[in-house]
Amino acid sequence: MKVHLLFPDHDPDPAESLPDQADDLVRDLGMDALFDQMAAGDDFLREVACRTVLRPLTNVNQINHRLDVIEDVIAHPDVARELYQVAVTGAEAPRRVRSWVMKDSPSSALTHAINLMHELICSMRQLHRIAAEHEREFRSTGLSALCATLRTDLAEDYITVIEDHLERLKFADGVVLTAALGDAGKGDDYVLRNRKASRRGWRGWLGLAERSELTYRVPDRDEAGGRALRELKDRGINRVADALSQSSDHVLSFFTMLRWELGFYLCCLNLADVLAEHGLAWCRPQPRPIGCGSFTAEGLYDVYLGLRIGPRTVVNDVNADGCGLVVVTGANEGGRSTLLRSIGLAQLLMQSGMFVPADSLRADIAAGLHTHFKREEDAGMERGRLDDELARVSVVIDAVSTGGLVLFNESFSSTNEREGSEIARQVIDGLLDAGVRVVVVTHMYQLAHGFDSPERTGVLFLLAERCPDGRRTFKLVEGRPRSTSFGAALYRQVFHVPCGS
Amino acid sequence: MPSLLFPEASAPAAVANPEVVADLNLDQLFASILRGREEYDLSGVFDELLGSPDDVTFRQAVFRDLESPDVAQAVRAFAGEMRRMRGQLHESSRFHYSVQRRVRFLDAAMTYVAAVRALSERLSTLEPESDGLRECVRALSRYAASQHFAKLADDAEHAQAQMRSVRYRLRVLADRVHVSPVDDEEEDYAAAVSAAFERFRQGDVGSHLAKLSSPHEMDHVEAAIAELVARLYPDPFATLAAFCEQHAKFADELVTTFDHEVQFYLGYLEFCSRMTAAGLGVCYPVVTATDSSVLVKRAYDAALADKLVADRQPVVCNDVCLARDERIIVVTGPNQGGKTTFARMVGQLHYLAGLGVPVPAEQATLPLVDRILSHFEHGENLRDLTGKLHDDLTRIKGILDATTSRSVLVINEIFSSTSLEDAVLLGARILQKVDELGCICVCVTFLDELSTVGDHTVSMTSMVAAADPATRTFEVVRRAADGLAYAGAIAAKHRLGREQVSSRVRA
Repeated sequence: MKVHLLFPDHDPDPAESLPDQADDLVRDLGMDALFDQMAAGDDFLREVACRTVLRPLTNVNQINHRLDVIEDVIAHPDVARELYQVAVTGAEAPRRVRSWVMKDSPSSALTHAINLMHELICSMRQLHRIAAEHEREFRSTGLSALCATLRTDLAEDYITVIEDHLERLKFADGVVLTAALGDAGKGDDYVLRNRKASRRGWRGWLGLAERSELTYRVPDRDEAGGRALRELKDRGINRVADALSQSSDHVLSFFTMLRWELGFYLCCLNLADVLAEHGLAWCRPQPRPIGCGSFTAEGLYDVYLGLRIGPRTVVNDVNADGCGLVVVTGANEGGRSTLLRSIGLAQLLMQSGMFVPADSLRADIAAGLHTHFKREEDAGMERGRLDDELARVSVVIDAVSTGGLVLFNESFSSTNEREGSEIARQVIDGLLDAGVRVVVVTHMYQLAHGFDSPERTGVLFLLAERCPDGRRTFKLVEGRPRSTSFGAALYRQVFHVPCGS
Repeated sequence: MPSLLFPEASAPAAVANPEVVADLNLDQLFASILRGREEYDLSGVFDELLGSPDDVTFRQAVFRDLESPDVAQAVRAFAGEMRRMRGQLHESSRFHYSVQRRVRFLDAAMTYVAAVRALSERLSTLEPESDGLRECVRALSRYAASQHFAKLADDAEHAQAQMRSVRYRLRVLADRVHVSPVDDEEEDYAAAVSAAFERFRQGDVGSHLAKLSSPHEMDHVEAAIAELVARLYPDPFATLAAFCEQHAKFADELVTTFDHEVQFYLGYLEFCSRMTAAGLGVCYPVVTATDSSVLVKRAYDAALADKLVADRQPVVCNDVCLARDERIIVVTGPNQGGKTTFARMVGQLHYLAGLGVPVPAEQATLPLVDRILSHFEHGENLRDLTGKLHDDLTRIKGILDATTSRSVLVINEIFSSTSLEDAVLLGARILQKVDELGCICVCVTFLDELSTVGDHTVSMTSMVAAADPATRTFEVVRRAADGLAYAGAIAAKHRLGREQVSSRVRA
């Protein structure tokens, strides 16, 4: 009985460590705000969101599997929330059970396992009910398969069988064992037996021994005798206590996994609600396998800004199909970094199997997403800062592989434009040669201009708009890099040289 | 009944004087050999010197057989099983409840039967060469094939099979337990519960199996249950009780004697392998009753070597040679130089040869002696010197009275507390008497004069290193006594020569 909502064929590992660049991604793409919205104040959900989104998928089928489930969840939000609540109740069953387990005591282990199982049975019945009611409404493989499993595996007649076992395991009429004579005549080879109902008979009703039984009664004050009987009982029930304890562990682990996986979809639901509230669009992306060279987005926006500004948030269209390199130049504070963030976030969300903040998106899967954004605290003197920055670049180079995507934001600005451009060009060319896709935001004309030559193909130039009167539209349009050199004009202005001289 | 220690027609053995054994430090050696074998009580065997060279050859042959790894392994395995049997018998006698006593007793009997069968089969296949071992193996095979043994084995197997076939059903409640025959229709419940919950299996979870202790002794509840089981199935218990009564003394004397005697050989062989592992020689001496010459190469004090080898210290070896007309060795030389060790070694060699065991040397030819006597300084004396001299003389007279021409006498530092004049006089007189007796004698003394007394005397001295007279080499070689020469050399080393002293004082 498996959940299989996050992956079609295996369980996720909540404890798996995040990739090294996770911290950088969260910070550079402003993801804390996103996670907060997904979690809606719940610590557990935040954990799920964080751990799932920061471990992107690289398989189209897996992505579509999740996207299908999301569609179902968004179409039936109440059912999803109800299922999630049952999962939480089940996973927290141990808190409601009063007993605990003493070490090396099969009877306490058995009692505890029975109590726990009773709690879990309540949750199992609820899961069954929900699954039976709503199975036909779901279209996704994930949810229909889960409902079918719950319906068959948790059918009422099976639950009754389990409850019957739990009752028998209380051994109201005593523990039945078979044994042989072992070392030094002591009993050995104890096997617990299921007492035949027919053996009880009318004698059992009267509390008498069965017909073929001989009896030894322990005298009243004989504590050692009482203890000996308890030890005998423990020897007999050791294996079954273990079996039931393991079974309750398994059931609990199922509920815990269900909570985790449903938790992710609940996060998506929360996010969808928030975006809708703010009048922001989102869509189901179309992932393409690595190497197709596609990236086309319409109406792409940055979530963080969107949540602050609402429907008037600037959106962008990006058509970078067949382009390994995107160069973004233009006015400062003209929306370049915002575009970069929205590209990065859209890529990451798509690869988490989520909807993306855009009207449409069709893009290749990236083998890995990496960022290198300018950091204010690249501390120390000029030389020191470049060292630090290059060290960070080196870390990225180590981590990235063919088919990956790297986002540079004002990198190499800790040195002069000539040097910075040269280093940057080397790095970027190297990445491109290795089949890595690059998006670079830069103010260095030298660098941008260097990519602008007839021999180069596959480069997209985007420009942050600036109106003649200096106003910014925050939209990016296709456009070649412009020289930012206003030196001549400025000279004339300052030195009162008339135009034309 | 054949013995592994003595041939059928053996000469009477002579019991050694325990003081002599202690003087020669052989008591330490034997204690070391017998450590871990106390249960076999073998000290008596080490106290008896054999009476004829044939008896010596008899034992040496058994040693040779036991040097073969296959034979030794078969015998060791047997000894181990016999020890286990004794453990089981002991445990059986300690149990409170009779059913436990009987079951454990049966276990001991089964161990015994298996051990005897295994030993007899193995040794018969390996075909030992010594008379001793061959006779024992023959006797063991006859015993193992006997009706008596077969009945023991069959009865034991039958009783065990019956007990193992008993199965019963318990129903345990808080204050009582019901015993009944097994109902085959009642299924294994733990397996059924696992199967019922199988569909929930997720991955691997930890085991919750409790560790339950189980002492050997039954508690009274278990005993009560056993009694009820016996009432349900009386036959196996009756068979068991009958077995214990009929075969109450199942261990045959032949087997236990063999088990006991073979440890003498195994223990001593362990000592030998410790010595050879350290690079020291161990050999079978040629022992004669007729030829009284002594020829031993690279021998050592066994008791001392046992300790030194354990501490990974080097052991010094010496030769001992006495031609037919040489009888007395007078050993002189610097203190702590190994003289007494040498004397002990000579005594030990003759003693061990007389036990029929391999001796600590690379090569040895020795006469079979009738007894070994010793006169060692016996530690501090609180009595006045006159009394001591009287005691010494009385002792030595007693010793000489008991000495024959076939004896070995070891004298260590006699008359060392008397005046020099008395010591020389008395020493010479004693050695004259020894010379007349014609026995082998080693005499350790500081009196160089004694090294020339008698016509059959050989002088040996302990050596110092040529470069540094303060270093002893512990070698003892044939040379004339020259105690004063040594004194001179050591004085020079410390610049205590006369002229050195006076120039040092005047400076």
